[in-house]
Amino acid sequence: MREMMYRDAICEALAEEMRRDASVFLMGEDVAEHGGNFRATVGLYNEFGQQRVFDTPLSESALVGAGVGAAMMGMRPVVEVMFADFVTIAMDAIVNHAAKVAYMSGGEVSAPMVIRLAAYGAGRRSGAHHSQSIESLLTNVPGLTIVMPSTAYDAKGLLKTSIRTQNPVLFIEHKMLYAKKGEVPEGEYLLPIGVADIKRAGADLTIVSYGRMVDVSLAAARTLEKDGVNAEVIDLRSLQPLDEETILASVRKTGHLLIVHEAPVRGGFGGEVAAVVAEKALGYLDAPIRRVGAPWVPVPFSPTLEDAYVPKEADVVKAAQAVMAN
Amino acid sequence: MEYTNKLESRDLLEMYRLLMLTREFEDRLCGLWGRGGVVELPHGSQGQEAIAIGACYGLRVQDQVLPSLRTRGAFIVKGVPTTLQMAGIFGKVGGPARGKSTTHHMTDPVRGVLLGTGLIGSDIPVAVGAALAFKLQKKESIVVNFFGDGAAQRGDFHEGLNFAAVFKLPVIFVLENNGYAEYTPLNKHFAGTNFACRAEGYGFPGIRLDGNDVLAVYEAVQVAAARARAGEGPTLLECMTYRYRNHCEGQTPEYMRDPAEIAEWQKKDPIPRFEAYLVERGLLNEADRSRVYAAAQAEMDTAIRYAEESPFPPVEEMSTGAYAPEDPTLVGGRRI
Repeated sequence: MREMMYRDAICEALAEEMRRDASVFLMGEDVAEHGGNFRATVGLYNEFGQQRVFDTPLSESALVGAGVGAAMMGMRPVVEVMFADFVTIAMDAIVNHAAKVAYMSGGEVSAPMVIRLAAYGAGRRSGAHHSQSIESLLTNVPGLTIVMPSTAYDAKGLLKTSIRTQNPVLFIEHKMLYAKKGEVPEGEYLLPIGVADIKRAGADLTIVSYGRMVDVSLAAARTLEKDGVNAEVIDLRSLQPLDEETILASVRKTGHLLIVHEAPVRGGFGGEVAAVVAEKALGYLDAPIRRVGAPWVPVPFSPTLEDAYVPKEADVVKAAQAVMAN
Repeated sequence: MEYTNKLESRDLLEMYRLLMLTREFEDRLCGLWGRGGVVELPHGSQGQEAIAIGACYGLRVQDQVLPSLRTRGAFIVKGVPTTLQMAGIFGKVGGPARGKSTTHHMTDPVRGVLLGTGLIGSDIPVAVGAALAFKLQKKESIVVNFFGDGAAQRGDFHEGLNFAAVFKLPVIFVLENNGYAEYTPLNKHFAGTNFACRAEGYGFPGIRLDGNDVLAVYEAVQVAAARARAGEGPTLLECMTYRYRNHCEGQTPEYMRDPAEIAEWQKKDPIPRFEAYLVERGLLNEADRSRVYAAAQAEMDTAIRYAEESPFPPVEEMSTGAYAPEDPTLVGGRRI
């Protein structure tokens, strides 16, 4: 099967959807001729022209707010927020309008749009304002759908579905995944939102992860295998909707749960996963749940500090061993 | 003042009826507050009605308006039934979104009411986005976005106006300058001389006008609408006005305002001014005035009775509709 980079899979999904549906358009900062700060929109301007692919002022609130208004009037905007960190500027439009339009209009109208939160996460020595994992700022807002793909295959199939849904989707892309290659079949396919993917089957330990930490978890699982621990790695793919059934079925099988994300542990989405398992499958657990995530500090800049900040394979292995020691 | 519009007498009388109905709506609503029944906190627009009526009269059905807290008249001109509005104010199932939203923040795009907001000024980018859709769809429809002087101090004002200017979007920004942001007078939240001149900084026209002159507002909006429909971009209209009521009902009464100031503005009340104009043109006499007033009273009697007699939404309503159904035949979440 052909291989392509995560960023190119995103670009291909955008191109296919724009060819299919004339109401789909793309706007953001430097997404047109420049092709996006992380090169995920290269070529779209040339194919679709400035009516459908255009740069906006450096105004994230207006960018996302305008996406809401355009969506309510029948368009299907894809807006790129250049760094996921900048979502804070657009939070009003996301939390108070995009998320609430369907409910507050009694179903008269919704805001079918995709907000691509580009380049989340650490790893590029970008400092505290360009490196955050911000998903937990959004997971407590009813009305939103939150997708965080970890592979090129998932990115393409999930982005295409996101563009077609009737509701606003936060599509959150990790900056260290853009150049990662993966198998992507020729031709069209769609992936359902809200269905987790078991990236590695195992019988002893359930590792729940998403985004970039899926690969870290898979590497840890391979190491654990050498110690005789057969870990199952579940990639949530979307935090909302949350595929509780896949998590619970795995935990009932393994009796052990480890949750891995890049965001700080405190208040992170891992707490929600742990709560779901505690409420619905506590009796199946043979050991306390553990979480791996970032420490309770902003993302630091210097290589020694940033490297220490981001959860690594060794951190996951160590936590897994602690779970299994019980 | 000389007007240039070609409005016929029936239009003028209809605008008068709408002014009277809006005033009656607000007076009755404020009067009901505190006596039980009214759930939505009233933010009375008395004194400012000419802006909503003048701006919305002459709009097309497809044109979308985004009312401020004090654009009650926009709902009325756009044809949102007073029964529906009042049921909503009473929290009843017959109100907006079957009781899930206030009328201040209601959405009724079929009638041309796009959105209201509790985050003052946050609707400006949404208005701009609707105008962007119209441009991309090559429609002649326009958007009229109402907000107050307080909202003009939000970052969204600057982001939204610049965005609209860059893409030459068909949107009219109607700034209802009533001199107060809640309780804070203009001279405490603004060091400039006027808001209209800000538009020049973004590269489009900004005009300050008498917001208590319903025909002046009508004419300014019609000029801006023609400009917008022709693809020439946005206009900012700063409409000078005054509100008689407090920011909202149920607050410490008038603790910051000089009664003389209110009295001075009541001399410029938009309704008697328009009446005088109609009388001068021979279009209105005392009997007509009484008839229009009686009709407004009767309509509000009906609306209040409907609201009082309507049921509250069943609790099951709460859990429906946070997400639009995944139905591929919907456009913008709805059938059109």
